[in-house]
Amino acid sequence: MSGRLAKILQAPSVIMLFLWMVVPLGMTIYFSTSRYNLLYPERTGFAGASNYEFFLTDPAFGPAVLNTLRLVGSVLVITVALGLALAILVNHRFPGRGIVRVMLISPFFIMPTVNALLWKNMFMNPVYGLFAVLFGAVGLEPVDWLAEFPLGSIILMISWQWTPFAFLIFMTSLQSQDREQIEAAELDGANWWQKFLYVTVPHLSRAIAVVIMIQTIFHLSVFAEIFVTTGGGPGFDSTNLAFLIFSQALLQFDAGVASAGGVMAIILANIVAIFLIRLVGRSLVVR
Amino acid sequence: METGGPNLPTRLRSAAAWAAGLVMFFPVAWMILTSLKTELQAIAVPPLVLFEPTLDNFALVQDRSDYFTHASNSVITAFGGTFIAIAVAVPAAYAMAFHGGRFTRDILLWMLSTKMLPAVGVLMPVYLIAQKAGLLDTRTVLALIFAMINLPIIVWMLFSYFREIPSAILEAARIDGASVFREIAFVVLPLSWGGVVSTALLSIVLCWNEAFWSINLTASDAGTLTALVASYSSPEGLFWAKLSAVSTLSCAPIVVLGWFCQKQLVQGLTFGAVK
Repeated sequence: MSGRLAKILQAPSVIMLFLWMVVPLGMTIYFSTSRYNLLYPERTGFAGASNYEFFLTDPAFGPAVLNTLRLVGSVLVITVALGLALAILVNHRFPGRGIVRVMLISPFFIMPTVNALLWKNMFMNPVYGLFAVLFGAVGLEPVDWLAEFPLGSIILMISWQWTPFAFLIFMTSLQSQDREQIEAAELDGANWWQKFLYVTVPHLSRAIAVVIMIQTIFHLSVFAEIFVTTGGGPGFDSTNLAFLIFSQALLQFDAGVASAGGVMAIILANIVAIFLIRLVGRSLVVR
Repeated sequence: METGGPNLPTRLRSAAAWAAGLVMFFPVAWMILTSLKTELQAIAVPPLVLFEPTLDNFALVQDRSDYFTHASNSVITAFGGTFIAIAVAVPAAYAMAFHGGRFTRDILLWMLSTKMLPAVGVLMPVYLIAQKAGLLDTRTVLALIFAMINLPIIVWMLFSYFREIPSAILEAARIDGASVFREIAFVVLPLSWGGVVSTALLSIVLCWNEAFWSINLTASDAGTLTALVASYSSPEGLFWAKLSAVSTLSCAPIVVLGWFCQKQLVQGLTFGAVK
């Protein structure tokens, strides 16, 4: 087959993705320098950097960036640690292993909106929620989780959903671990902790890198969980960058400022992505 | 971590694994249980575990918010988006796997990099384009967007499945005078059918649970199940049982599907980097 035919076969995919990436991106950059409010269509023209100035000096901007990073960092630490612990726990034969595995991965398939509403109402409700009931049973004051620890509550929800993902990948990776290596370490008199640190962790390094990379891509733009629970509040305590842009665009109808925010989100994602690609990009391609 | 040590009795470790599984699964089980309660039972303190189950909530959800319309929107957009993406990705993955050039690796990495573009960064233009084209709140626009956000993963997965086909088989077909189309349709696809199906399954799971575009681009006509569930976010009197019913209905098909394709999920979401 000629190289030309190969190009033609790839063209639809490449063109579709190129359009999907470049057209909106170009428009976002254009809007971000324009006066553009959906409520006042008669105001047009070049806005210079004023949209950026407006977005960057918004009192919510600083907290939103911090919340975005806090959320990604916390969820990563929790899910990698728990996922690793669970994978090691399940990595031997025992009765009902298949069922345990199915139970452990189930949260991953729950819709983000269901996940958030489930926790918000049935667990974190300060009066009827299970946590409040449990606290009451042992004589503690019930806590209004979403009001007092809004970001922490959202971190808990997302960690519940994504721990299964980390678990699933670590478990798969553990299954391909060389038994002989472990036996050799045992012959050398390694204790459990040494085997874990010097045999298992290096074997899992690529899996850990992949988990961190994929999760970061998803968690930088967490939206649904915030949308259906706290609405970014109280104040800006649970507003991340994605939610701040959403509220500029669809609640305040300011397309110009929202686009400036979009550009900021893309820049932040790229800074994170550069670190990530350095860290794990190579392990994805070289096989 | 100490519970994971092989020095501990195996029985204790198994018990710990079971306990962990039950804890992680508990919210899902509680949701299903609550969907079978009356609204008053749902908020009872202490919580009820034994009660006479009712299916009323499911009927109520259908009456009040038209579950079936939303479900059919979810099915159409998830399957439609997946179908479009696979139709476009198969020829591309075939060309990359069997006729790869110097740039194949770069194109694959570039495709992955489009996944890093945060959706919220391009919300405004996509919203306005859809509005101008009269596609706001249609299943068409959602299916198209689903196709594009999943295309990179689908190309990667198909590429890795196709590469496992021995090229000698393709040579033989070519000697018999098969065209590219026939080669794909009668040799490549049948040989990698399992892989194509699991790619499609993964894509359907991802589309089904997609929330950002579904919530922002749809209203009453094309609203999917994620949007339907989101509409239950503002409390109105007693609604936990109904919320649980709508949640159970919305998640059940995809959770079951997910159980069946755990292996493919690992391969798909990690682009084959973890085996």
